[in-house]
Amino acid sequence: MFWVCLVFAFFGVILGYAAIRFKIEGDPLVAEIEAVLPQTQCGQCSFPGCKPYAEAIATGKADINQCPPGGEAGVKALADLLGLEVKPLDENFGVATEQKVAVIVETDCIGCTMCIQACPVDAILGAAKYMHTVIAFECTGCDLCVDPCPVDCIVMTPIGLSVSNWQWPEPVNNRH
Amino acid sequence: MDGVMVFKRWTLDGGLDLDGHKDLSRQRSIISATIPDELVYPLVFRSGEVARALVKTGDRVLKGQVIAESQGAQGTLLHAASSGYIQENELRTIAHPSGLKSLCLIIATDGLDEACSVAEPVHYSQLLPVEIRAKIHQSGIVGLGGAGFPTAVKLKPESSCEVDTLVINGAECEPYITCDDRLMQQYPEQILLGIQVLLRALTIKKCVIGIEEDMPEAIDSMQKEIDRQGIDYIQVNVVPALYPAGGERQLIFLLTGRETPSNGFPVDVGVICQNIGTVMAVYQSIFQGQALTERVVTLTGLGLKTPQNMWVRIGTPIKDLVRQCGGYNGSIERLIMGGLMMGFVLPDDSVGITKATNCILVATPREVAKTRDMEVLPCIRCGECATVCPVNLLPQQLYWYSQGGDHDKSQSFGLFDCIECGCCDVVCPSHIPLVQYFRASKSKAVLKRRDDETAGLAKQRFENQQLRKAQEKMEREQRIRLKKLALVKLKKESAGSAPNAADKS
Repeated sequence: MFWVCLVFAFFGVILGYAAIRFKIEGDPLVAEIEAVLPQTQCGQCSFPGCKPYAEAIATGKADINQCPPGGEAGVKALADLLGLEVKPLDENFGVATEQKVAVIVETDCIGCTMCIQACPVDAILGAAKYMHTVIAFECTGCDLCVDPCPVDCIVMTPIGLSVSNWQWPEPVNNRH
Repeated sequence: MDGVMVFKRWTLDGGLDLDGHKDLSRQRSIISATIPDELVYPLVFRSGEVARALVKTGDRVLKGQVIAESQGAQGTLLHAASSGYIQENELRTIAHPSGLKSLCLIIATDGLDEACSVAEPVHYSQLLPVEIRAKIHQSGIVGLGGAGFPTAVKLKPESSCEVDTLVINGAECEPYITCDDRLMQQYPEQILLGIQVLLRALTIKKCVIGIEEDMPEAIDSMQKEIDRQGIDYIQVNVVPALYPAGGERQLIFLLTGRETPSNGFPVDVGVICQNIGTVMAVYQSIFQGQALTERVVTLTGLGLKTPQNMWVRIGTPIKDLVRQCGGYNGSIERLIMGGLMMGFVLPDDSVGITKATNCILVATPREVAKTRDMEVLPCIRCGECATVCPVNLLPQQLYWYSQGGDHDKSQSFGLFDCIECGCCDVVCPSHIPLVQYFRASKSKAVLKRRDDETAGLAKQRFENQQLRKAQEKMEREQRIRLKKLALVKLKKESAGSAPNAADKS
């Protein structure tokens, strides 16, 4: 009996130590969901960024079809990850559009810094009363800078097909 | 035996013995193409690398003047190939498999062909390796075999393995192409000098030139020149005429028996490989002070009246060259840039020659009949593709996963090791366009990787902003608190000294 107790105590100590030593900060599921989200940080899902939305999905407060930038493919990826049924995108949160980038019409810009404050990824460069410009490479195309602009000088421009994002097409006469 | 190198002859797994069609263009000496009315230069180099124009509309440029550059560690320079005036940038069809239009720099030539003044060339033996690399960079030299990788970057290997061998690729394995063959027949002395410059830049003394056995004149010409000069550290080695023996990794294996690792480069096995055309460009740069503005292009195919090799100014529209080859001959099925096997189809003949263009193939229906209108049947898993694959992949497995959209799985079967040589396509009894599947799968995987990277960056920037905002808020609150404290203190003090103040007034 004594030995059994000793063995139990021994394992108890090991488990107790492991619980402290290998403690995982945060919910690993949130990180997995977040990795699937497009990181546009647009807030169309009604949450202020991709991470809050991931947390909401993990806790069951939000559905998986609220991310228009992720599109149908994003919904499918989330469904695969969470073992849920694939469903169409909820149109209340917007529709999937082609990828865009914000462009400031520089001659019209008055340098008010409103868009700089609105940008969730700090992709707009400029200072008060100086012309602003968008770092196209860092722009996620989230649309958040368009409304705050008092002179409507921000245009969302489709990225379009170019040599750098062109893909080899799949063969057409695929019969299998 | 001291000083004599013996290279064992290795054999290639797989590969195909293809019909060469090289006699169409092999026998004529290289002629110089005339100056075209306009020269067209896409402002994207290689795959998507954006170049910056250094000249403005209306500027007069001279031959050899730098007109555009691309940034970064692998940046290169572009030089005007003739004198003339810069026109407005225009969207033109460019030399790219997509057939898309892209912004191009256009020079309207003035026919004078006035060149920039060049400094008196210093003999290469008085140049340090770093100076040679600088000159090669300033001359805008990139690999002329097709990949277009900057030569100066390639000559400064960053690998734990010490480079001991320079391999010169004279194995022109693609059918129809004969530009390197002609160069070796006509300029053996210049090529040997170019090789010596490269050896000095690499500070090594061992070079092997690989030439296919069906190019006897080239082998003879190079060997005679080596014997005449009595050089013992450069050796000509004959490789079997087997496609794709001229692939960089395949040739290195054939000549040295060293296998380049899957995720590595030839430098990782101590080898640097350069193409014959590149060596010629290095010669012209170091000995004549000339920038890379011209290259030899094979214009061939039964669809041309006179197939031949030409010295062509980079930027020359193909239609100008076709005219100089006597024009089109009969019905034309396809215009192919590069070889029949690895080249790509061009939508029209206005496209300009780039640094990486080694061949323009004007194909008649007869020449491309094999790849046309064949009914695609299901894969019967015969395994023929695996026998001919020079990289020892399993094309049938790659195909299985690629067509099913499982790109991760196809990557685990070595998708990115596929050199897209097309051997599997040729032997497939079901006529499955295998390489097309692999290319589609590759570009999907590449774009996915890039999307993941930008998403990661956006996430990082968003988190940084959140952190910054939280910190700013904390600092603001701290400031307010301190101010409040100071105010309370001030009030107390002023309350204490208030009677005095009242007295004074």
